[in-house]
Amino acid sequence: MTDTLAEKAGMPSAHAIADHSEGMSYLQTLPRRLVTVYLPLSIILLVLLFPFYWMALTAIKPDNQLLDMERVNPFWTTAPTLKHFYNLLFQTNYPLWLWNTMFVAVSATIISIIASVFAAYAIVRLRYRGARWVGGAIFLAYLVPPSILFIPLSTVVFQYGLFDSPFALILTYPTILIPFSTWLLMGYFKTIPFELEECALIDGASRWQILIKIVLPLAVPGLISAFIFCFTLCWNEFIYALTFLSTTAHKTVPVAIVNEFVDGDIYRWGSLMAGALAGSLPLVILYAFFVEHYVSAMTGAVKE
Amino acid sequence: MTDVAVDARQTKRPIRAVTPWDRLKANHNWLSAWFMLPTAAFLILFLAYPLALGVWLSFTDARVGRAGIFVGLENYEWLWDDSVFWLSVFNTLLYTFVASTFKFAIGLYLALLLNQHMPFKAIIRAIVLIPFIVPTVLSAIAFWWIFDSQFSIVSWTLKKAGLISTNIDFLGDFWNARWSVIFANVWRGVPFVAITLLAGLQTVSPTLYEAATIDGASRWQMFRHVTYPLLTPIIAVVMTFSVLFTFTDFQLIWVLTRGGPVNATHLMATLGYQRAIGGGYLGEGAAIATAMIPFLLGVILISWFGLQRRRWQQGESND
Repeated sequence: MTDTLAEKAGMPSAHAIADHSEGMSYLQTLPRRLVTVYLPLSIILLVLLFPFYWMALTAIKPDNQLLDMERVNPFWTTAPTLKHFYNLLFQTNYPLWLWNTMFVAVSATIISIIASVFAAYAIVRLRYRGARWVGGAIFLAYLVPPSILFIPLSTVVFQYGLFDSPFALILTYPTILIPFSTWLLMGYFKTIPFELEECALIDGASRWQILIKIVLPLAVPGLISAFIFCFTLCWNEFIYALTFLSTTAHKTVPVAIVNEFVDGDIYRWGSLMAGALAGSLPLVILYAFFVEHYVSAMTGAVKE
Repeated sequence: MTDVAVDARQTKRPIRAVTPWDRLKANHNWLSAWFMLPTAAFLILFLAYPLALGVWLSFTDARVGRAGIFVGLENYEWLWDDSVFWLSVFNTLLYTFVASTFKFAIGLYLALLLNQHMPFKAIIRAIVLIPFIVPTVLSAIAFWWIFDSQFSIVSWTLKKAGLISTNIDFLGDFWNARWSVIFANVWRGVPFVAITLLAGLQTVSPTLYEAATIDGASRWQMFRHVTYPLLTPIIAVVMTFSVLFTFTDFQLIWVLTRGGPVNATHLMATLGYQRAIGGGYLGEGAAIATAMIPFLLGVILISWFGLQRRRWQQGESND
């Protein structure tokens, strides 16, 4: 059921991808495909993945091999060590930063999803006066970048007494997330047959019951897409976190890594890379489990 | 329609009559107001109000911790004579134009490659998107290390291959620094372009290619006259997003160069941050941020008309 809904919405599901791609590829010989497809593809993949390999390798290299490129081949390490991760976890505030990031990301995402479920439902199904204009305004809000908002927002945050508190981020991140997820959920709600709601109305359901018992269960794939995409956006956000937080213990992972791991001119490369790797892992793991939802979130928001 | 249904239900009940409360509950506008409340609150308090406040601040001499007074266009006059500001405008336009062009070209090429039938297709597609998943700052740190002036792996490899004799100073030289940050931006942006265009490619019916093959079309002709026209709408949307986000980029520059060397890679966003938060001149920083709005509006308008045209092409109702 949910799958067919996703397909109706034009989201590429696993079946749609598998269906018609066999096509006419049999017309090409293998050597030709090697040169025109596999070779360029491997080069691009190599370039896309190399920074991660380099990050991981640096994170497990012992310090003396990091800066010595003459005696040891830099592309490999002979004595992998977990020292950098150990330092990271037990000698810095890293676990705390990780917790801050997680707390901010999860809270802001939940708030945004709840707000956008209501907004999307009202715009698509209640069709109040001016609903289309509001939909357009929300799309425009999606296009307002944080880079032009952070200066006035910093004064606003200060006025509201939120400066240097996680709530500064929890309350400002939804401005980035709500427009995106509202737009995504509007697309999902449109695919749910109107007749189901009419039936429920005749049976005496209130709008609230319809939303909770009929619309939301049918929109679960959309909710998952919106959730993981919002979560990723929060984790990725930098400029607000950089501007609104000042105490080291309150920082999120991206800001903390950039600001706290640089002692004068001696960069602690091993710890930096270990920190970057550990900060990326939660997202990559989440992504590995929800690839299809992720892709549908990305393309869904663009397609609407 | 739905109103009628509600009323019918309520009149069947003999116990109580339709109260004003019942009417109110079924009133779409009243109900919608409550449904829209959370979203409206967030967007007005933390988006619309700051946006207006930013424009206002750009006309004042506000500092950190001190409300400013109205000074008219003084901030803008100051910026007009500021060569660093014009350098940042030049950098931003160069960065946006070059990076977006490469993102589009490589992204489209990658999408076409991924659309081919091949073993482990699903896994390869999943891997391609990883640079987009990983937070920009964290991958930028990896690039920082790759672009290190002494211990860069790229310099090392090229030296071992005998192509260069001294290390490349990636982030210390004017143009090297610009190309380095553009490269890092393209690296991060390509997966987004490729995967969204791939989704567009998958909606193109294979029968069109079969028909074109029977008519004797070459591979280039198939791309030019079948794929490209059908893909134009989604290309327009994806590139609008890509241009907008590149234009307002902050994180990558901040991590890699912080605007240096000698302002060579300062974008308008990073310069605004440096002036407003670093230097404390909120008014001047706000003026730089406000100066970005006309560019953004231009891009959004192009996107808007593109979307209208797309609806018209597909014969959809204006829903």
